[in-house]
Amino acid sequence: MTLAAPGLLAPDSDAAHALRVSGLDVAYRVRGVDRLTLRAISFDIGPRESFGLVGESGCGKSTTVQAITRYLPRNGHVTGGGIEVGGKDLMSMGPEALRRLRSKSVSVVYQEPGRALNPSLRIGRQVAEVFEVTGSSRSEALGRAEEALRTVQIADPGRVLRSYPHQLSGGMLQRVVIAMAIAVEPSLLVLDEPTTALDATVEAEVLELVSALREQFRTAVLFISHNLAVIAKMCDRVGVMYAGEIVEQGPARQVFEDPRHPYTVGLLRCVPRRGQRKDRERLDTIPGFLPSPGEVPRGCIFASRCALADDRCRSESPPVEDLGGGRSARCFKHSEAAGLPRSEPEEMVLGQGRTSSDPVIRLEHVSKTYSAHGESVRALVDVSLELYPGETLGVVGESGCGKTTLARVLLGLTGADPGSVVALQGRSVPPLAVARSPEDLRLLQIVFQNPDSALNRRHSVRHIVSRTLTKLAGLSGAALEQRLHEILAAVRMEPRHLPMRPAQLSGGLKQRVAIARAFAGEPAVLVCDEPTSALDVSVQAAILNLLVDLQSRERVTYVFISHDLGVVRYLSDRIVVLYLGRVMEYGPAESVFAGPHHPYTEALLSAVPALDGTGSERIKLDGDIPSPANPPAGCVFHTRCPRRLADGTCESVEPPLREVTPGKVLRCHLPLQALGRLEADPAPASGPAAAGDPAGA
Amino acid sequence: MATTETGDEPGVVAEVLPLRDEMAQEAAARLGAGSSKRIRREQVRLLVRSGTFLVGAAIVSFWIVCAVFGGLFRPYNPLTQNLLAINQPPSLAHLFGTDNLGRDVLSRVIIGSREILIVAPLATLLGTLVGTVLGLLQGFYRGVIDALTGRVVDAFLALPVVIVAFLFIVAAGASVPTLIIVIGLGFGLVISRTVRTAVLQERELDYVAAARLRGERGMHTMFVEILPNVLGPIIVEFTVRLGYAIFAVATLSFLGFGIQPPTPDWGSDIAATYQYLAAGYWWETLFPALAIASLITGVNLIGDSIESVIIQ
Repeated sequence: MTLAAPGLLAPDSDAAHALRVSGLDVAYRVRGVDRLTLRAISFDIGPRESFGLVGESGCGKSTTVQAITRYLPRNGHVTGGGIEVGGKDLMSMGPEALRRLRSKSVSVVYQEPGRALNPSLRIGRQVAEVFEVTGSSRSEALGRAEEALRTVQIADPGRVLRSYPHQLSGGMLQRVVIAMAIAVEPSLLVLDEPTTALDATVEAEVLELVSALREQFRTAVLFISHNLAVIAKMCDRVGVMYAGEIVEQGPARQVFEDPRHPYTVGLLRCVPRRGQRKDRERLDTIPGFLPSPGEVPRGCIFASRCALADDRCRSESPPVEDLGGGRSARCFKHSEAAGLPRSEPEEMVLGQGRTSSDPVIRLEHVSKTYSAHGESVRALVDVSLELYPGETLGVVGESGCGKTTLARVLLGLTGADPGSVVALQGRSVPPLAVARSPEDLRLLQIVFQNPDSALNRRHSVRHIVSRTLTKLAGLSGAALEQRLHEILAAVRMEPRHLPMRPAQLSGGLKQRVAIARAFAGEPAVLVCDEPTSALDVSVQAAILNLLVDLQSRERVTYVFISHDLGVVRYLSDRIVVLYLGRVMEYGPAESVFAGPHHPYTEALLSAVPALDGTGSERIKLDGDIPSPANPPAGCVFHTRCPRRLADGTCESVEPPLREVTPGKVLRCHLPLQALGRLEADPAPASGPAAAGDPAGA
Repeated sequence: MATTETGDEPGVVAEVLPLRDEMAQEAAARLGAGSSKRIRREQVRLLVRSGTFLVGAAIVSFWIVCAVFGGLFRPYNPLTQNLLAINQPPSLAHLFGTDNLGRDVLSRVIIGSREILIVAPLATLLGTLVGTVLGLLQGFYRGVIDALTGRVVDAFLALPVVIVAFLFIVAAGASVPTLIIVIGLGFGLVISRTVRTAVLQERELDYVAAARLRGERGMHTMFVEILPNVLGPIIVEFTVRLGYAIFAVATLSFLGFGIQPPTPDWGSDIAATYQYLAAGYWWETLFPALAIASLITGVNLIGDSIESVIIQ
């Protein structure tokens, strides 16, 4: 057998489109019935163009990717329309042509780099394989592998090639996967949620890398993401997907600034924007629910959730309306979309902020050291914090910074080191939950990140909540029954949910059950450990609104842990920034966001892509987070700090926490005026008027 | 690593079609993706459709019928000796021939299913109970309890169950209750390892932490929170061990430590007759041996099909 000469099957460089999808229908066959999952998907990607598909889970983004790579599951099949890659009809390709297409023309990068690589083979072997498939000899392939890693800006390719996947960080692995994808110089690069599993700082690096590679290789890119801001940053044009249809399409900037489909409008309003805060404006949500797959309602697919829908929308399926300028929307009312009525009142009725002067919880010199394999790892180092009733503390930092350890120490799931003090309402409590009194347990509760893990899958909603009422609130009989229904109503669930098990509930409903359980004992402090990171934005908005409502009613204090700075900013009264278990910055939310910033905070803030594309210049961090088992001497951040002092102070002396503005402390040697200020202009955050929705503009 | 879950990856089976939004998922759940009742019904459906299960169930049912109603259709009294017709080859009068005391082999094979079908399931049930409790304790408390009991279990596992059983039966005297207890405890140790592994995984889940945070005692957490979630592997373990238990009972009977003659029993019948194989009296040994083999095969077929359904 002769291998195809390079370029033989590469699409004609003069093909008008790198990818052309026209009227694509995909159906899954379930129990002998075809369920239409994608309906009339049409879009083109020109050569060197970057096209984004955005939408919530279940909208069909990944099915589209699978159709384009002809990797649909066995029961899925294309029932209509066509796909052309570089002018060649994909649907008529035989197995050999497909194989060559996948090895040469179309590369895909998936969400989890750890799962894309074989854990038992060295990186070098795996990267070299890409070249061997295209006909290089073994030794030549290894050489080219090293070259490929250089292309993705890996500083030390030799070391990486000799490593196994588990020895590298997630960001590094994703670079390797991208190197493999780009190595064959494909005409189309498909990126399916490539940065979703990564920290914001790493995400920013990977996104920059992708942009640079696009320039260099002139590859067309199909970028799939649920994150509107990422799409806005990365894509020339965008298609917004809903329930298997592209509801709106056009140049990315225009679509996000002037959305013309009610779904796009609703989606954009769900995301907390800069300047939007819990005490000023509620997040809007999208009412109703996604139709079940395969259910093709009469009329517009979005009509049941659309406040603009009229009889025509409910009876007639809207065509794709050409709006000119390359824009289109599947909506009769595209001209009115921007004026979509809110589904949630805009005004927030909030109770008083901090009223009591006694902290509800106080941490003094809390440290936590894990010892493993003879090494001691300091996960938390000398953290002191105070929290007052009814306020929210946002805890931010990259993975491994000690956020979760802080939560576990607070709750007593992990015992703090001797000498640490956790005081609840003025009383010092034992380090471990088993030693705490029922009253202490009642006062401190948690909403876990993943409701699938946090709710016992064998227990009904009734059992889960009422057991907690029995144990923590001491209720039984009719009183319990009454309170159970009250709590359920408070989290906006219905009595019909009571007999259900978690598997019968959606992600959002599961998280509501977890919140109901957390509130059952009327806690004083509630730790929220990434409670919305597993949820879609519209569901996230509803959960955040719920948390805010409950807080204003119950005067509960939140410790809100999140990697999403937008969410933290929306909710928090105060912020603590952790790095390698140490407090880098701690103070009122406004002043943390306004600056002057600790260089690490500055880097975190600048890494977040902004929806309006006005993001400030990103501050680059060098290298990976150092191992907490072996933290750098001096300031732990100096190895990555872009602003470290030239005189070597940062490398040798650990800076103390010092108060820079009233109530705000920083751990940095730099003089105040040398620190960055990303948002020197606080004007947009001054009132609800300025924070109005962009759609109204 | 931030475990943000967003991608919508339809699995191979489209029951997990891409849908995460509230109602859609709920609808899907009601349609069949998630409800536990639904899952169980689906599992039963899969079982009943599987050929493996049906063959296994047919074999095992056959022996259960023999054990329960064998007295009604056995051709002869299995205890009646006929010294005038010893070692008769299979014939129309004696389909499986007669043994060295002139007893009808067919009748002895039919009635011989009784004891083994009482002893083996009871022993397995006891073993499963012991193994579940032990495994829960080890997996949940870990630490000293786990280390101590774990080493004891390892020591026992180093020896074949039959040898260990030997020692205890010799000490306690051969009887049916002894047999059940000895085999049950032996299997309990084996089963505890499986349960322990499952519990170790479960206890890391947040619902266990949530139980701790509302002040639940260890017993409640183990039996009410964790146990229902590890039932799957326990059921699989039960069916797998049942096959081994039948084998162990037959082996011990063969060696003279189980069911005692003249009670018809496959193991002891083989022991009593295998010395005549050399003389050509193959039927006296072959038919009880086939009975043992078929019962174990039947049980294992059922076990395999249950395992594949549960693991799916």
